[in-house]
Amino acid sequence: MAEPVLSIRNLHKSFGALKATEDVSIDLNPGEIHALIGPNGAGKSTLIHQIAGTLKADSGQIVFLGDRLNDLSVAERARRGLGRSFQVSSLATEFSALRNVMLAVQSVQGSSFRFFNPVMGDASLTEPARAALARVGLETRADVPAAELSHGERRQLEIAIALALGSKAFLLDEPMAGMGPEGSKALTGFLSELRKEAPILLIEHDMDAVFALADRISVLVYGRVIATGTVDEIRTNPEVRRAYLGDE
Amino acid sequence: MSRETIINIGLALVLLAIPFVATQMGSPFYVTLATRMAILALAAVGLNLALGLGGLVSFGHAAFFGVGGYAAGILASHAFSMQPLDLGFVAFAGTNSMLVIWLVAIAAAGLLALFIGAVSLRTSGVYFIMITLAFAQMTYYFAISWPAYGGEDGLSIFVRNTFPGINTMVPMSFFLLCYGVLMAVLVLFALVARSRFGSALQAARQNEVRVASVGIAPFRIRLAAFVISGMTTALAGALYADLNRFVSPSMMSWHMSGEFIVLIILGGVARLFGPVAGAMMFVMVEYLLGGMTDRWQFFLGLALLAVVLFARGGLIGFLAGKVRHG
Repeated sequence: MAEPVLSIRNLHKSFGALKATEDVSIDLNPGEIHALIGPNGAGKSTLIHQIAGTLKADSGQIVFLGDRLNDLSVAERARRGLGRSFQVSSLATEFSALRNVMLAVQSVQGSSFRFFNPVMGDASLTEPARAALARVGLETRADVPAAELSHGERRQLEIAIALALGSKAFLLDEPMAGMGPEGSKALTGFLSELRKEAPILLIEHDMDAVFALADRISVLVYGRVIATGTVDEIRTNPEVRRAYLGDE
Repeated sequence: MSRETIINIGLALVLLAIPFVATQMGSPFYVTLATRMAILALAAVGLNLALGLGGLVSFGHAAFFGVGGYAAGILASHAFSMQPLDLGFVAFAGTNSMLVIWLVAIAAAGLLALFIGAVSLRTSGVYFIMITLAFAQMTYYFAISWPAYGGEDGLSIFVRNTFPGINTMVPMSFFLLCYGVLMAVLVLFALVARSRFGSALQAARQNEVRVASVGIAPFRIRLAAFVISGMTTALAGALYADLNRFVSPSMMSWHMSGEFIVLIILGGVARLFGPVAGAMMFVMVEYLLGGMTDRWQFFLGLALLAVVLFARGGLIGFLAGKVRHG
């Protein structure tokens, strides 16, 4: 099997006495969607934060495309190709959808220290940004300030930004939250295609989406991975049923 | 043309007209008042880059204003006394040339801002405000306790420094010079606000995590903005020293830093002409009410209260409406 794109080894993170991440090891292989499920407070988002760099792990390794990430800043990790969407969407809210994506394009071009050319007339920024918006179906909302977008649209916008970054792996924290059934269905279809471009580490509470999309699932309970396996293995795992899926 | 652009052009023309009308009406004193407006506006345009676009509420920009002022004063005093400025390892002749003085002022303030910014920008919010204030107070007390250049008494500039092709001692000429510098800097500010750098800076104000998550380090963007901001305010300081032909530690006091913030809030935070509108209002109120009562700042306080409560975008925001980013 090919080398994993993202490899997490024996990761630990505590907040005081609370062990939010306890000896977690997870791989993200090329072309796969690896879903991370677990009850509220299991440490799923905390794990994403440590991978993206907004939180520092206490110990363990985070290896991405062969490089250790632990000591890199959020910005450096993003430049290496970690694209991320947030549990509570995180956008430049005064800027239009288009300008939010253009920010990613300008970062990819490595050129934020240009002081005099206006961004709005710059096709090398606007064209790729519009293309990314079109891929998630937001092209008609390009000029709307992010603050005025619906919850679902903001999630789509975050994915468009991750696309424009040319991400080599996606970390998506509950991308379906706040979306109507139709939006979820469309996004499910989109993510299913997206995995061919770059693997996805997916946190999601919508179990229909998880079971439809995931190649593998890891179950996190109280900061520990209690099981990793295919959809069928996880569905039939007695420990998982007891801890999370509900054994009715 | 947007409503804001029309208002901006109107403000620029009014400021330009004040000294001409005043001269016609036989009150040349108003030329000095208009010059003061232009210079304070320039200082606040500098702060507006950090505070307005970057959301970096610096309560220490008087330090840069003062460094600009002392650059003018010190170089002019050495030119006057014909003693070289001896730094130990290297010595310079003093100069009366504004162009040289401006370069020195900008370079010195740039270095100081690089240092202050590199330390202060590791904090945010109230801590950032307090650290910038602390640094400015340090420069203030340094100026007070440094006897070589007048200490607490300040330093006089006997003849206003020179600019090629202009007799700067003529009030109208000096006004036009300051006005020209202000307009040039406003053009640069408008360009920077729309540029890639300006985008990243404004995005970092709105959401720091978002900017980092697309791979742009907010710290470097902010530090660059803080340095450019300080350099601009220093340029205003050099002009201010030449306007008064006097520089003293009071240019570095926290009152001055507060005044710059007040100008921006009165005129409109992050608006291109916010500092211009603010400075025009401020100097006018100071002059009109200052003539009637020593407690004119009470009324300034009321005006500030009204703006904060009822017109959050300042005068420009009140007249032109909310900002829409393209």
